[in-house]
Amino acid sequence: MSVAVLSINWQTLADAIGLGAIYALMAVGIGLVFGVLRLVNFAYGQLVMAGAYALAFASERGWPVSVGIALCFGVVLVLSLLMDRIVFRPLRGQSPAVMLVATFAVAFLLQSIALLWFGPLGKISASLATLNQPVTISGVDIRKIAIVATVLAAACLLLLVLLLGRTRVGLHMRAAAMDFRTAQLLGVRAGRVIGTAVLISGLLAAVVAVMLTVQTPLVTPDFALRDTILVLAGVVLGGMNRLVPATLGGFAIGFASGLLGGALPTNQSQYLPSFLFAAVILVLLIRPGGLFTREGQQAVERV
Amino acid sequence: MRRVDPVLQLLAPIALVGLAALVGTIVSIATQTYVINALVNVAIVVALYVFIGNSGVLSFGHISFVAVGAWAAGVLSMPVAEKPAIMPNLASVFRDHTIGNVWSLALAAVVGAAFALVVGLPLMRLSGLGAGIATFGVLEITHNVLRYWEKIGPGLNTFSAVPETTGLLQASLGAALVVVVAFAYKRSRFGRLLSATREDAAAARAVGVSVYRQRLIAFVLSGALAGFAGGLYVHLLPVNTESVYLDLTFLTLAMLVIGGATSLWGAVVGALAVSAVDSFLAEAENGIHVLGQAVNLPAGTRIVVVGALMAIVLILRPAGLTGGRELSIRRRRPLRVLTKFEK
Repeated sequence: MSVAVLSINWQTLADAIGLGAIYALMAVGIGLVFGVLRLVNFAYGQLVMAGAYALAFASERGWPVSVGIALCFGVVLVLSLLMDRIVFRPLRGQSPAVMLVATFAVAFLLQSIALLWFGPLGKISASLATLNQPVTISGVDIRKIAIVATVLAAACLLLLVLLLGRTRVGLHMRAAAMDFRTAQLLGVRAGRVIGTAVLISGLLAAVVAVMLTVQTPLVTPDFALRDTILVLAGVVLGGMNRLVPATLGGFAIGFASGLLGGALPTNQSQYLPSFLFAAVILVLLIRPGGLFTREGQQAVERV
Repeated sequence: MRRVDPVLQLLAPIALVGLAALVGTIVSIATQTYVINALVNVAIVVALYVFIGNSGVLSFGHISFVAVGAWAAGVLSMPVAEKPAIMPNLASVFRDHTIGNVWSLALAAVVGAAFALVVGLPLMRLSGLGAGIATFGVLEITHNVLRYWEKIGPGLNTFSAVPETTGLLQASLGAALVVVVAFAYKRSRFGRLLSATREDAAAARAVGVSVYRQRLIAFVLSGALAGFAGGLYVHLLPVNTESVYLDLTFLTLAMLVIGGATSLWGAVVGALAVSAVDSFLAEAENGIHVLGQAVNLPAGTRIVVVGALMAIVLILRPAGLTGGRELSIRRRRPLRVLTKFEK
């Protein structure tokens, strides 16, 4: 694949950055929960899916956009707290692989509940469709959503950095992510830290739901499933154990996916998932600890 | 008693397969299809067990071996006259030859093993989450390539016109064969070394066991069995890329986990139990009568129930229905160690 076949223009680049930003938020949502619970949440995409259905539900009834977004946040937050209470809590202390299988089951469960409830055809969420229109900046057409997504993601990440760096609960979360038991011994309240992580991760899922429904207004039961698989790969690629590498990994895979998807001709872009996952496997083999981790930060395999 | 246990460990799963086959002979033709499907599921789940159960390493990628097995057997056993209509862009090597049923199954096993070897050589270095994601990547790549590469198969089309040779006899013999191979492996030196690495990798290394090599051997063997099961599958139903992808991965993993991942008995029990529930619900989705009541469940109920079952089993009884134990004439507590996936 030579560079000559790539036809990168500014629009593709902006879309790729927008997609990378959305994936970065999903990576943070997955990474935060992993940090405190050592749990890879395969069902994260179904939180996004639920939010997307909430938006579509409001849009079909012609409710104002703000009500739709409020409904989306409400549904996603309730669902993520329920998921923590019913599934994550009993699984605490299990190995990451067991928890991954369990959340895999939850993902399929939620997806088929959506199928039962809303049918396979999907619903249209159209209330934010104006964001799909392009704006012209010095002769280049860029879709508004690409800009909104990038700005919103940057704002969310900034807030999160402030929360983690400047507040007490942020400090507790970082301590818990580093060594949960020692943190507990030193007076960090486990329930509160986990609750906060789950809550923030849910908030991010709701933000992602709003932005993804703008990009793909047709909400089906497998909404965000493919994105979650890619983000999970990105998170492991970047380095699961730290939040910043995980976020970078998520951004990288979204950016690469958006860029190659927009730039490759169709007869090659149909093999895009193969390229991406081959790259992921290659990185995992060369740097099992993650692409964006420094030497010495890599997870030591404990036996 | 020690001499009785190994015999029981082989005979019990075989008897269960035989029982399922027997049920298949007395029910209606429509129900028989479900029984045959359940037996093919047994073959797939036991293939999964050979690697996941004995090594404790998670793999989301085994359905790709089922897929390549189905592709190999399907492409080559379809009559030459039918090929151009379904696979117009097929490479000429495959276009002009057709092989018989048994040969196509053997070929499916060989192709599955070869693919598992190619994948396993690099991937068996990984463990834990890395292995989970990487094997998922293998599934995605396989699905993607089979879907669009029309030189080696039907692409987006369905494998219709493959001889439907997987009847009750072939399915039960196939499932029994897979069970016997899995049992022989488990009792062999290799199987024991691999379970040692699952129980305590450090101790196994310390006595000179190569974790990498033992995992690779199991991976290739389970790839061969999965490929063979894929061959059975393509001779049963018109398979396409979607039928050997995420849903089947989920369903077979659920069967393994629900039955109890660390035992052959658990794999067979899980496959048959979940298949039974699944078939019943599939029928109920089309409308059936239970005790004189008309039951008509909406489409999609199956996955809801199976997903809920899997989550409940993982939460309440992580070692599975059988407790992850082989059948024994002594009563034993379920494995105290939670489903022995590595930390």
